[in-house]
Amino acid sequence: MVPLSYYLILSGVLFACGVVGFLIKRNIITIFISIELMLNGVNLSFVAFAAQWHALSGQVFVFFVMVVAAAEAAVGLAIIIALYRTRDTLNVDRVNLLKL
Amino acid sequence: MLHLTLFLIFGAICVAGAVNLLVQRHPINSALSLVVVMGSLAGEYLLLGAEFVAAIQVIIYAGAIMVLFVFVIMLLNAGEEERAGGSRVALLLGVPGMTIGSLLMAWVLLERSGTQSVMMGALPGPPKIIGWLLFHDFLLPFEVTSVLVLIAIMGAVVLASHPEPSQPRKKVD
Amino acid sequence: MLSIETFVVVSVIKIVIALFVLLTAVAYTVWLERKVVGHIQNRWGPTRVGPFGLLQPLADGIKFIFKEDLTPPHVYKPLYIAAPMIALICALTSIAVIPIGNWVTIGGVHTPLQITDLNIGLLIILGITSLGVYGVALAGWSSNSKYSLLGGLRASAQMVSYEVSLGLSLIGVLIVAGSFSLRDIVDGQGGHFWGFIPKWNIFYGGQFVAFFIYLISAYAETNRVPFDLPEAESELVAGYHTEYSAMKFAMFFMAEYANMITVACVASLLFLGGWHGPVFGPPILQAILPVFWFVLRVFGFLFVYIWVRGTLPRFRYDQLMAFGWKFLLPLAIANLVITALVVAWRA
Repeated sequence: MVPLSYYLILSGVLFACGVVGFLIKRNIITIFISIELMLNGVNLSFVAFAAQWHALSGQVFVFFVMVVAAAEAAVGLAIIIALYRTRDTLNVDRVNLLKL
Repeated sequence: MLHLTLFLIFGAICVAGAVNLLVQRHPINSALSLVVVMGSLAGEYLLLGAEFVAAIQVIIYAGAIMVLFVFVIMLLNAGEEERAGGSRVALLLGVPGMTIGSLLMAWVLLERSGTQSVMMGALPGPPKIIGWLLFHDFLLPFEVTSVLVLIAIMGAVVLASHPEPSQPRKKVD
Repeated sequence: MLSIETFVVVSVIKIVIALFVLLTAVAYTVWLERKVVGHIQNRWGPTRVGPFGLLQPLADGIKFIFKEDLTPPHVYKPLYIAAPMIALICALTSIAVIPIGNWVTIGGVHTPLQITDLNIGLLIILGITSLGVYGVALAGWSSNSKYSLLGGLRASAQMVSYEVSLGLSLIGVLIVAGSFSLRDIVDGQGGHFWGFIPKWNIFYGGQFVAFFIYLISAYAETNRVPFDLPEAESELVAGYHTEYSAMKFAMFFMAEYANMITVACVASLLFLGGWHGPVFGPPILQAILPVFWFVLRVFGFLFVYIWVRGTLPRFRYDQLMAFGWKFLLPLAIANLVITALVVAWRA
């Protein structure tokens, strides 16, 4: 028996780590990784609530989150590659011009 | 008791991986920390009984999406990130604000969410029932996400392909 | 139900036996490969150590252990050391859910010939093998050399691409069997139809095309000829393991062969009817024969692996990608749709 709140706190900690990474990291790939961490934190709370309320829709929703994460990774990484080709850097602070 | 012990072990690995993600300066170390987080999260899902979610988490998330990240890191040969000078406002406002916020959230969750607790393997999610739900109750969202993925794939192909048509190869005499 | 103590003891015994058998099988697959490829090329293969060179794997093992374990100065050390371990662990773990025979009773303990029977067994195998990519990719990256990096890049792109058609080819079998448990899938393939043809999925389930899609993508997944571009020795020296020596190299080597054996086991279980075959004789023979039929199938599959290696040349990289995405994937999807339609029509 584990209280539901423990799961929610773990999920909150993971989400907070993701937010912190998103804000303090300067490498655009690491920023993307932080977003994935946030999504993972949310997924845990979905599954925990599903177990709490005996509703499988919570687990089904995790799949939608995963699909969206996959789509996001595909487009995001393609953008990163295109960015690196034109700017030759991965530092987001250097990508501050709309035009070369 | 067993449930709590396993929860704490997997949870500790999770948090350690997440913190390591923040501390490491090289993106490949961050990516691998995230793989560790995902693996132990799959353990947590198994504890809750969500076997199919756990398996898909490992196959899709750790085995496909993160491989894509590692691939791009290798392809671009991304080095260690440059540190920007920390801003003073963030240090003065952000750190105490973050601490107070998280403590408040933890207190609310511990005190106000009642004494509900979940059993080990509380809600088994066998593939059969998950599939039935996906193709009956959630058919519209399912189709919409499939269109989304299709658009994402096309977008990725367009973005990552070379902007100008490659020049015809010179013949070597 | 077994008591918890018996369960632990029985499990530990089964794990030890399975590991021992798997590692021996890995060693002798290497021997078999050298011998068969030797004969294909009109040579003898290993002959010096023991009769027919049968002790050659032992000699190789001793040599690997006593060689100097070099770590080049320019590598990224933590990942350089971790990569072969990841590769080997992922390759060895998936044997845990593979059943090799029926239930047996030894000394009053009734137990399946399998370390553990999970209702998501096949998904576990797919998950673990999909993690195996990291071993190869990280080895290529952390070695910090151009050949290794190219090998690692090729390996990760190739394995992710072919994993898609591999997974889709298995879904046809899953639709026919209606279960992820490997034991259930094999149990569904017992018996015959029209009197003599066995009810294997490759015949009765109509998964003939799926079997060949699986075969081809499995060759690509295990980086074998004709898809051995990640370690193509004539262009990349040795690809991702160029900078490795002694035991670390041996770990990659063992991982590759252990993966081959896993792939062969999965193919036998899913498509070729697992351990089903004629069973006769006294009880002891009845217990052993299914295991024998299963091992025979795995051996046949491994032989085809080696045969292909001795026969086919290597693909070019763009051909490999085009073949995977433009031919295998649409074919796998077509097979999936047709299987689903047939099953729905039968129901």
